[in-house]
Amino acid sequence: MSAAVLPLPPLDDQRISPRAYLAHIGALTRRNLMRIKADPESMFDAILMPIIFTVLFVYVFGGAVAGSQGHYIQYMVPGMLGQIGISLAMAVGTGLNSDFQTGVMDRFRTLPIGRASVLISKLISESCRSLLSLVILISFAMLLGLRIHTGPLQLLLALALAMAFGAGMVWVSMLLGMALKSPQAVQGIGFLIIMPLQFGSSTFAPTSTMPGWLQAFTKVNPLSALADSSRALINGGPVLHPALQVLAWSVGLTAVFAPLAVMKFKKRT
Amino acid sequence: MTKSAGSPSAVTVRGMAKYYGETRALDGVDLEVREGTVRGVLGPNGAGKTTLVRILSTLIRPDAGSATVAGWDVLQQPRQLRRAIGLTGQYASVDELLSGYENLYLIGRLLDLSAKGAKARALELLERFSLTEAARRPVKTYSGGMRRRLDLAASMIGQPRVLFLDEPTTGLDPRTRNEVWQEVQRMVSEGSTVLLTTQYMDEAEQLADDVTVVDRGRVIAEGSVEALKRQVGGQTLTVRPARPEQLDEMVRCLAGHGAVAARGELVLPVGDEEQLTALIGELGRRGFGVAGIETRLPSLEDVFLAVTGATAKDAPAQPAERNQQAEQDQSRMERV
Repeated sequence: MSAAVLPLPPLDDQRISPRAYLAHIGALTRRNLMRIKADPESMFDAILMPIIFTVLFVYVFGGAVAGSQGHYIQYMVPGMLGQIGISLAMAVGTGLNSDFQTGVMDRFRTLPIGRASVLISKLISESCRSLLSLVILISFAMLLGLRIHTGPLQLLLALALAMAFGAGMVWVSMLLGMALKSPQAVQGIGFLIIMPLQFGSSTFAPTSTMPGWLQAFTKVNPLSALADSSRALINGGPVLHPALQVLAWSVGLTAVFAPLAVMKFKKRT
Repeated sequence: MTKSAGSPSAVTVRGMAKYYGETRALDGVDLEVREGTVRGVLGPNGAGKTTLVRILSTLIRPDAGSATVAGWDVLQQPRQLRRAIGLTGQYASVDELLSGYENLYLIGRLLDLSAKGAKARALELLERFSLTEAARRPVKTYSGGMRRRLDLAASMIGQPRVLFLDEPTTGLDPRTRNEVWQEVQRMVSEGSTVLLTTQYMDEAEQLADDVTVVDRGRVIAEGSVEALKRQVGGQTLTVRPARPEQLDEMVRCLAGHGAVAARGELVLPVGDEEQLTALIGELGRRGFGVAGIETRLPSLEDVFLAVTGATAKDAPAQPAERNQQAEQDQSRMERV
């Protein structure tokens, strides 16, 4: 046995040094990315969803909702940032649930690593996927005629807001993924959560023609705030209020659901 | 193989209990594994073997009782404990999409080896487990035996002081099973303490110094393999009476030799050929008609018969039934 490798560094207390924590997260994130490389089909949703959704919504609803495709692209595509973000976020739980069906999670849970590192690494690799998807969305929409009336900085801010909100939703999704029994159940419940959020918002159509009770819902729906702030950041207009709303939601979701998810990860048998 | 009785304890379990609703998966288990020895935990499906291993490897918490592994408390010092153990479960816990090398490298990094150290350790273990050629292929292309070997290699990365093997050969063909046995023997010769669960008497016999027999969450027998075998006999004789109504009478007649009735047959342990001949002669002298007679190596069921005098629920009876049993185990995905 090669003496150069061993013994392992000594371990005398329960604490994990921040450096070791980062190294664990790095190793696990590398694993997640290598899994994507080994299974490129797992990227189909992230790559194709923005393209298919944009084509469908712009050409099916564009004329009816906004009078022309050109107007509708400017209205709908900024909202799509949030809608793609949470669709991808909700898929994370399904994948995590499948991971638990194999013995790999047991292996990780019997290693002396920080309990949150597996979930944080998942969040990081999923954020990479999400960023790629959002970039494809904007690039494709620009091909179809989207104009950025503001500047690159505002565009980046719009992406960052969608990613921040997506990150909050990833924790919700991971908690669901560990709390429910099967990947199918996770997918089903996830779908039930995001459908009303997506369509009961200002993402696809202005809320002014909706009945009062629905308008009340759209006002508190974070996806409305996300769509409104992205629209302002791309087309111009008042940004601060909706952007702060989105930030508050992102921080709130993470503050509540990240600890719950980590606790569930520790306890899941 | 047996070490001196005075060697310090690597695993200590006291009054361990775990309940799932009405089910008592573990119901007050005490267990001691001496440093450097192999302890076989023998029992049928649902006996609580996997629950015990999952508690000792910090995957689940017990409802009552205490345990230490390598001197660390399972509840108070989980992180130090995790550094001291390796676990190979019933289902290969390796990443199907990654290569064998990447799997081992990842675990080395998670055990705080440097990048260089993790690489060297991965290559060393791949070599040792004869996986060097397949090192760069994704694990999903591996055979069942290769996967199990990789799984064992993964458990060995941190040179664990205590190794838990939960039914390491369930679902494997005989050849692969022998490979796994050899590897386990080698680990032991290098000083690891092993706690091994199994449903198979012959596996316990091959690998274990001491055996604990569990059933429905309780320890029902404990001792060295030799002692258990003396109790069970070297072979098991089954006799099918020509007239079924005579079975009870036959059992009474040979009760002094440890005979019991099971599934319409008389079952009893036999030590050697002379004893076998004498027993058959005895039956003949008493005028019992014999329709069929068979000897075989003792199975888990025979152990149960010998220990409890009752048929163990769900115990795999014969080697012939084992493959079928193994397939059922394979298809069983939910956890205990």
